Amino acid sequence: MSKSKKKLLAWNELPIGGYITEPGNAREYRTGDWREGKKPVIKEDKCNNCLLCWIYCPEGAIEREEKGVKINYFYCKGCGICSRECPAKAIEMEEE
Amino acid sequence: MSLKSLPTREYLTPGHRMCSGCGAAIALRQVFIALDKPPIIVNATNCVEVATTPYPYTAWSVPWIHTAFECTAATAAGVEAGLKVLQRKGKIPKTDNPIIAIAGDGGTYDIGLQALSGALERGHKFTYICYSNEAYMNTGIQQSGATPKFGWTTTSPAGKVVPGKVRFQKDLMKIVVAHEIPYAATASPAYPMDLIRKVRKAVSVEGPSFILILATCPRGWRTESDLTIEIAREAVLTRYWPLYEVENGKYKITKNIVKKRPVEEYLKYQGKFRHLFKPKRQDKMIQEIQDYVDKKWQELIALEKLTQNINE
Amino acid sequence: MGKLVALTGNEAVAHAVKQCNPDVIAMYPITPQTQIVEELAQFYADGEIDAELIAAESEHSAMAACIGASLSGARVFTASASQGIALMFEMLFVASSFRLPIVMAVSNRALNSPLNIWNDMSDTMGVRDSGWIQIYNQNAQESYHTIMQAFKIAEDKNVQLPVMSCHDGFVVSHATEGVELLEQKDIDDFLPPRKMQFPISVEKPVTVGCVGVPEYYPEIKVQQEVATQNSLKVIKEVFDDFNNRFNTNYETVSSYQMEDAEVALLAIGSLAGTAQETVDKLRKSGKKVGLVKLRVFRPFPKDDLQGALKDIKVVGVIDRNISFGAMGGALSMEVRSALYELKNRPHVMGFPTGLGGRDTRIEHLEKVVEILLKAVREDKIEAVYRVVGCRGPGCINVTYDGG
Repeated sequence: MSKSKKKLLAWNELPIGGYITEPGNAREYRTGDWREGKKPVIKEDKCNNCLLCWIYCPEGAIEREEKGVKINYFYCKGCGICSRECPAKAIEMEEE
Repeated sequence: MSLKSLPTREYLTPGHRMCSGCGAAIALRQVFIALDKPPIIVNATNCVEVATTPYPYTAWSVPWIHTAFECTAATAAGVEAGLKVLQRKGKIPKTDNPIIAIAGDGGTYDIGLQALSGALERGHKFTYICYSNEAYMNTGIQQSGATPKFGWTTTSPAGKVVPGKVRFQKDLMKIVVAHEIPYAATASPAYPMDLIRKVRKAVSVEGPSFILILATCPRGWRTESDLTIEIAREAVLTRYWPLYEVENGKYKITKNIVKKRPVEEYLKYQGKFRHLFKPKRQDKMIQEIQDYVDKKWQELIALEKLTQNINE
Repeated sequence: MGKLVALTGNEAVAHAVKQCNPDVIAMYPITPQTQIVEELAQFYADGEIDAELIAAESEHSAMAACIGASLSGARVFTASASQGIALMFEMLFVASSFRLPIVMAVSNRALNSPLNIWNDMSDTMGVRDSGWIQIYNQNAQESYHTIMQAFKIAEDKNVQLPVMSCHDGFVVSHATEGVELLEQKDIDDFLPPRKMQFPISVEKPVTVGCVGVPEYYPEIKVQQEVATQNSLKVIKEVFDDFNNRFNTNYETVSSYQMEDAEVALLAIGSLAGTAQETVDKLRKSGKKVGLVKLRVFRPFPKDDLQGALKDIKVVGVIDRNISFGAMGGALSMEVRSALYELKNRPHVMGFPTGLGGRDTRIEHLEKVVEILLKAVREDKIEAVYRVVGCRGPGCINVTYDGG
């Protein structure tokens, strides 16, 4: 379940002014739970590391590695853009 | 410049709550990938703001400010002035992190236009990014000054008598260019290298810069989430969304579409234009849009020709 | 004794701002504060201020720019009035919620419609819920001093709230008085540079202005409310400190001839001066009337007010606005509310006076006192409020040469 287990704080425990002082803590939130049954899978033999899927991902859920890309399913919402756009047809939407 | 040369850090982190397939999310990721140092962001009230900062979570790993809806440019102006004077007085170290204002079309074409105009006129050094999904999407798809003619929105619905929005959209680029700022450009997330080059140019100029990016909205345009980039590409290929830049008044088309595709190749994807095709094909209306697109393209060609020697 | 200079209220404010080393000043003209920003612009043009001046294109944008600048850590000032205050309404709430020590001078002016450039307090009374500290000045000398106090209060680490320093439009803003200027070194000693906990920083990035979901909004607001209430303590400390250094007499609530008074006038701003003259005159004919002057309206100094009025039988509050459809003006309603819990609470009657700059004289306030004394005799007030300085049924009017 992606609902956070963050403890609900009292008014005197919060930083001043409603400020959020932990940069990028949204990373704790599992948007991968949003997927509805299909997830993109990279066929490594077809992938030529063109990085278009990386630049087109709305989430930043595609991570660049030494020799290719990797999908981070913790965040992937299953939009299917990477699969649609891949020029090598190396990404397929598969049932979870 | 290649995609491989671009940085991998994400100033807008994963874990944000924008819709699956959101065009704005892609556009902004590309904007931040273009930067070579962390920006200071001033964000209007809009989808991006709401989807990235539900307390106590933030998807921003850079300084980020949201005040209200219409005053993005004014707030950014204040940030710019504050940092400038504190640096001049030696109270803070001299840095040149770009100040980036982010607003949607509602917050720019309409309610935010005055603040934008004032900030551009005063010449603050900041880059204003308007991501246009052509309606007030955050509040549920209401028409804005950017909504195209015949576009369905909840306040310009296509009904038995009225076929959607009855006027063409504002030409915001002309308004921005009229302020005679150093740099303004249009962009599409389907052309990331063009977008990235333009963002880099924008943040480097001395003075205000403006980039208008088309952001497909699957929710609001009633399109499938996997077609976001394809639609943003078709917008350019049909000349509906020309890619150009204006540098000190000189117009330059950055993606010349020699053999254009008919505009209906762009319209056909979208539920917001569905009534132009079903139950009956509306030839006259589709032609009206085609004529508009053609006219704007001719205008752009003429402006390019007219201003080609302007800075010599 | 410092240098004595003939200055209007607006000029005095500008001099004070200059001496407080501002970093960013947002300017937008509106009668009757315009001279404040004009003077500051002239100081800047003459190289006497090192700041960024933002010629905003509206008051709403002016306040937005102030918020942006204040977040960077800058010391920020602006001035406005009337429609400008009304226009920046939503931004005032943002500034206080963000806990930003912006100082704004206000030359109080009535709100449209009809258009009225003259003095009443419908502008700042109308934004009393905005979370700003509100201090009201009686004359140009006070306006001068309050700017310095305002920065110090606002920037105090236990406060971090914006402050409105108000003076009456035209009556104070444009009238020339002898104002004693303070030495720069004494001001620098009193007012240190601003320190901010979370200035804009890429090393320590902060998200400001999030979505305050229902799970958190009350907590965030209560935090702000507690800080606002607690700021009263700091306000008094700053007043005391200022009084010690500069031989002045600033208090949240001041009493005049209250020791044996049966009835009291309660006034705010320049009419406290007129009220004081009225008290002096009436005392000569044996009337037991006193004056309580309120200087700090937000946070509301309930305990101090109770202390000043607890032995009084009837209080006539000189309101400076009408809150339409209620029990008179904002001030009298709040005074009544503040005194409610007293065992022998006085009767409180509101007297919205001088609306839209209608000239208010001793004769008007004498009539008010007559009504208060009648209320003592009858042990009841004749009405919850009566408008003073208006022709027509239900109102109190005084005719005199030219009026």
